[in-house]
Amino acid sequence: MHRGKGMRFVTDSRIKEREHRMENIPKDYSEYPGKTEAFFPNYLLKEWVVGAVFLIGFLCLTVAHPAPLEREADPMDSSYIPLPDWFFLFLYQLLKYQFAAGDYVVIGTVVLPGLAFGALMLAPWLDKGPERNLSKRPIATSMMILAVMSVVYLTWESADQHDWEADAEQAAMGEEDILEVEEDIEGYEIYQAQGCISCHGDNMEGNPGVRGPDLYELPYDAEGVAEISVDGIGEMPPDMFDGSEEELQILSEYVADGGGVNEELEYLDEDEVDADDASDLGEEDDEDDAEEEAQ
Amino acid sequence: MLQRIYDWIDDRVDVTPLWRDVADHEVPEHVNPGHHFSAFVYCFGGLTFFTVVIQILSGMFLTMYYVPDIVNAHASVEYLQSDVAFGMIVRGMHHWGASVVIVMVFLHTLRVFFTGSYKKPREINWVVGVLLFFIILGLGFTGYLLPWDMKAYFATQVGLEIAETVPVVGDLLSNLLAGGEFIGAQTLTRFFAIHVFFLPGALLGLIAIHFIMIRRQGISGPL
Repeated sequence: MHRGKGMRFVTDSRIKEREHRMENIPKDYSEYPGKTEAFFPNYLLKEWVVGAVFLIGFLCLTVAHPAPLEREADPMDSSYIPLPDWFFLFLYQLLKYQFAAGDYVVIGTVVLPGLAFGALMLAPWLDKGPERNLSKRPIATSMMILAVMSVVYLTWESADQHDWEADAEQAAMGEEDILEVEEDIEGYEIYQAQGCISCHGDNMEGNPGVRGPDLYELPYDAEGVAEISVDGIGEMPPDMFDGSEEELQILSEYVADGGGVNEELEYLDEDEVDADDASDLGEEDDEDDAEEEAQ
Repeated sequence: MLQRIYDWIDDRVDVTPLWRDVADHEVPEHVNPGHHFSAFVYCFGGLTFFTVVIQILSGMFLTMYYVPDIVNAHASVEYLQSDVAFGMIVRGMHHWGASVVIVMVFLHTLRVFFTGSYKKPREINWVVGVLLFFIILGLGFTGYLLPWDMKAYFATQVGLEIAETVPVVGDLLSNLLAGGEFIGAQTLTRFFAIHVFFLPGALLGLIAIHFIMIRRQGISGPL
């Protein structure tokens, strides 16, 4: 077999044409009757046009929907509701069903996906018949349709059950600053011991995952805070505080004081609020609150 | 002049057969959407490759700014997204491209399955294709962690917890992926290496085999 200029190489390892070809090897395209077309350049040019249209559509998508970026990973935030990328949702959803969770989790993580993807890989040996038309191999066709329907259903269910509002809230790129509260005083110890941390954060910055608001600049005095910690308010259930009257007193004074950061804020407020107002929209709310309180 | 340069090279390395192998074949009527519009289903493989090329190119540009360590990763992505010229578009292409590749691979797999094209003599190519599908899923999984935001961290945690449930080798597998018991600095560098070197290497190798086999065996005939 001589190709090109028929050069011979010192070690010519190129495969020679075999005399006996495998029976089932298809005919060359040129042997099919019909309008075959040269790949280069005719067909490739058309492909390029289609590719260009595809690329433009794709670029429009990227411009219309910038890639999302959430706040920096905080491994300590255990209240975050995780969500895998959409193409893993069907696996994630599968693990929520009783027969594939808890003691049977191996069924959900190994057995079912293993069977499905194993069968996919071994399809040529599971479906050995010569028929290629899908209506003439009903088992293979129906299995595949069943698999596709399950994947679509599981993905749909997973997206449907996900709390997208909480997701958007917990994902936000922390606009407000986290302030350093005073931690070496009794008030903080009680704050910690009473479990306020879990909803209001260890720096009173709040926890968007469970809708715990921050505790800076509260519109309540110590008495009001004490009342709320016993009776609850909004989504905060009553009887969250469980300790002595004395502790309640110390805690509520500490919290009403914003953990010692409030005074500092007011001090800043007088000097810099005008300059900051224009430059930083994100902090506007905090400053407005502070101003109201000052009046 | 060009012809003479070509001849000079061809005399020495005999490139004509290589070139003919790539370009010199005919497209049969039954896969040409120009003749039968329904033949567009045969485009998904090519579109997968096209998107993979987009992924490789946009990924190469992303690594110019991305810093794979837990202190700087998130900030570098944020900088890339907000301050770098066209950074938002390049990252957007890589982000959405990941989804487009999955969709295209899925459609391509369905086309090959429903036209029975995986049958003799194309069994090996089907297996290579399924392996490519797994590699692309792996690229999706490892790439998801790299921006080091909340979503990335906790989705990876779920993924590693799933890996842990595998009998016998589960803990080993999870430790191997995470580089320790927890998701941290080691995990990020490890996922970066897997995402940028190991899997793309395997991907390109398998794609080459996939294409060589298509040229050897030809596209399956009309139904």
